[in-house]
Amino acid sequence: MARRVSARQKLLFTVIGWAIGLFLFFPILWTLLTSFKTEGVAIASPPVFLFFDWTLENYWEVQARSDYLRHFLNSVTISFGSTLVGLLLAIPAAWAMAFAPSPRTKDVLMWMLSTKMLPAVGVLVPIYLLFRDWNLLDTRIGLVMALTLINLPIIVWMLYTYFKEIPGDILEAARMDGASLGKEIFYVLAPMAVPGIASTILLNIILAWNEAFWTLNLTAADAAPLTAFIASYSSPEGLFWAKLSAASTLAIAPILILGWFSQRQLVRGLTFGAVK
Amino acid sequence: MATLHTRSVARFMMAPAVLVLLAWMIIPLAMTVYFSFLRYNLLMPGTEQWVGFENYSYFLTDPAFNTALINTLLLVGGVLLITVVGGIFLALLLDQPFFGQGIVRLLVIAPFLVMPTVSALVWKNMLMHPVYGLFAWIAKSFGAQPLDWLAVVPLFSVILIVAWQWLPFATLILLTALQSLDEEQKDAAGMDGAGPVSLFVHIVLPHLARAITVVVLIETIFLLSVFAEILVTTNGGPGYESTNLAYLVYVLALLQFDVGGASAGGIIAVILANIVAFFLIRLIGKNLEA
Repeated sequence: MARRVSARQKLLFTVIGWAIGLFLFFPILWTLLTSFKTEGVAIASPPVFLFFDWTLENYWEVQARSDYLRHFLNSVTISFGSTLVGLLLAIPAAWAMAFAPSPRTKDVLMWMLSTKMLPAVGVLVPIYLLFRDWNLLDTRIGLVMALTLINLPIIVWMLYTYFKEIPGDILEAARMDGASLGKEIFYVLAPMAVPGIASTILLNIILAWNEAFWTLNLTAADAAPLTAFIASYSSPEGLFWAKLSAASTLAIAPILILGWFSQRQLVRGLTFGAVK
Repeated sequence: MATLHTRSVARFMMAPAVLVLLAWMIIPLAMTVYFSFLRYNLLMPGTEQWVGFENYSYFLTDPAFNTALINTLLLVGGVLLITVVGGIFLALLLDQPFFGQGIVRLLVIAPFLVMPTVSALVWKNMLMHPVYGLFAWIAKSFGAQPLDWLAVVPLFSVILIVAWQWLPFATLILLTALQSLDEEQKDAAGMDGAGPVSLFVHIVLPHLARAITVVVLIETIFLLSVFAEILVTTNGGPGYESTNLAYLVYVLALLQFDVGGASAGGIIAVILANIVAFFLIRLIGKNLEA
């Protein structure tokens, strides 16, 4: 369906589009640029945009001074770990809801969704106390547990909306041909479900990577992921903007790239399938 | 179609997910309710005692609660206003064909993928800093006095930061909805002589109504509990000027160790969120049947 757009109109939209796009992206771009400056240039007034001596110094500093890599690995462990455990719990559940629905399936789905709407502060106190008593505060295991449970409803929902689109007839046919439940899942369902599962994994890693309530409140030093590590830069003394920028760039780059690849799934997952 | 056998298998497969979620929700929530009726301070162990609704009346009559409630509403309302209006505008723009559209779309989405602590720090230091920030430089080059954003208009500053993070979300969802609009319907209306404005009001906007509702409800759920942005930028201050309910509960619980008061605050936050959730659940539930 080609739309009738004149060349001049297209040019106009190009200019407006890029101007707004760059405007919204600017804080990120500015962070990236600042990360290559020396501390002096970073706070120079008037600000220097492109013409300065580019340096990688800050990146080495951040690693050497605050053990960036450890926090990075914490983030990786927590986001991948919670996604993996979440999938193990959610795949069977979503499979059952999509292919063997009972009259109560819808209620269960709705109830799961409603747990997501419980504000975290409502359970902050008991979770904090339970974690303290069970020695889970500031541990990676504790955070994996917490984030698994926080994102489980989204994982179940996303998988459910994907599984729902797989035609049940194919499963019936496989069953008629005598396929066992295991074979049915492995040979028939899995190949069709892989794209949906992949999108679910992507979205969940993004959400877990950026989660900043529980990661800030349940960690101190050992298990602190990048969210908490960056927050530690908020202390007022000293202006270390170049180093802050380097640390920030490292913290957001992996997820930015992942997110750019999965923008469409983002919409679906975040709206629980209400907008496709 | 499902046989009795598959039904029981299905129940068995659902059980782990349902049970852990049930435990995660019911146990802490029950504990919060219980704590909210106790005088319970972590600094004074062993002095717990049943005080009925005292925590609630104390929390609800605390001037900080009033401020926090108003701030919460302003924060949610302000961000919603900016993101929905801006999101509609951006979605319409990105729906037009132009050069480099794909790249611009990536640029627009980016803020949503930045972790809250990073965006808060970048805005606080590099943009809003009263001396070295970019906004200060812009103000100075126009001969104006630089504004100390986070000290003078703390809540507005937080609203700006959070809106920047959520604008991509609204844009992305509205754009998705926009792209499902029937081109022929638009063409037909165009042929009947409808101008761009009446096209927008009578065809595009009604088509977006559902997506807008989804954006509003989902954002509200998340915005009611904005936390990291406040913690990193203003610590809720000056005074309580940028404290919202979530942050107030955090202060009571983890800074003042007042478990009873914090629990009462948490329950009030839960009740507020439930009012929103009620509408969201109905909306999505309807969609599930369709």
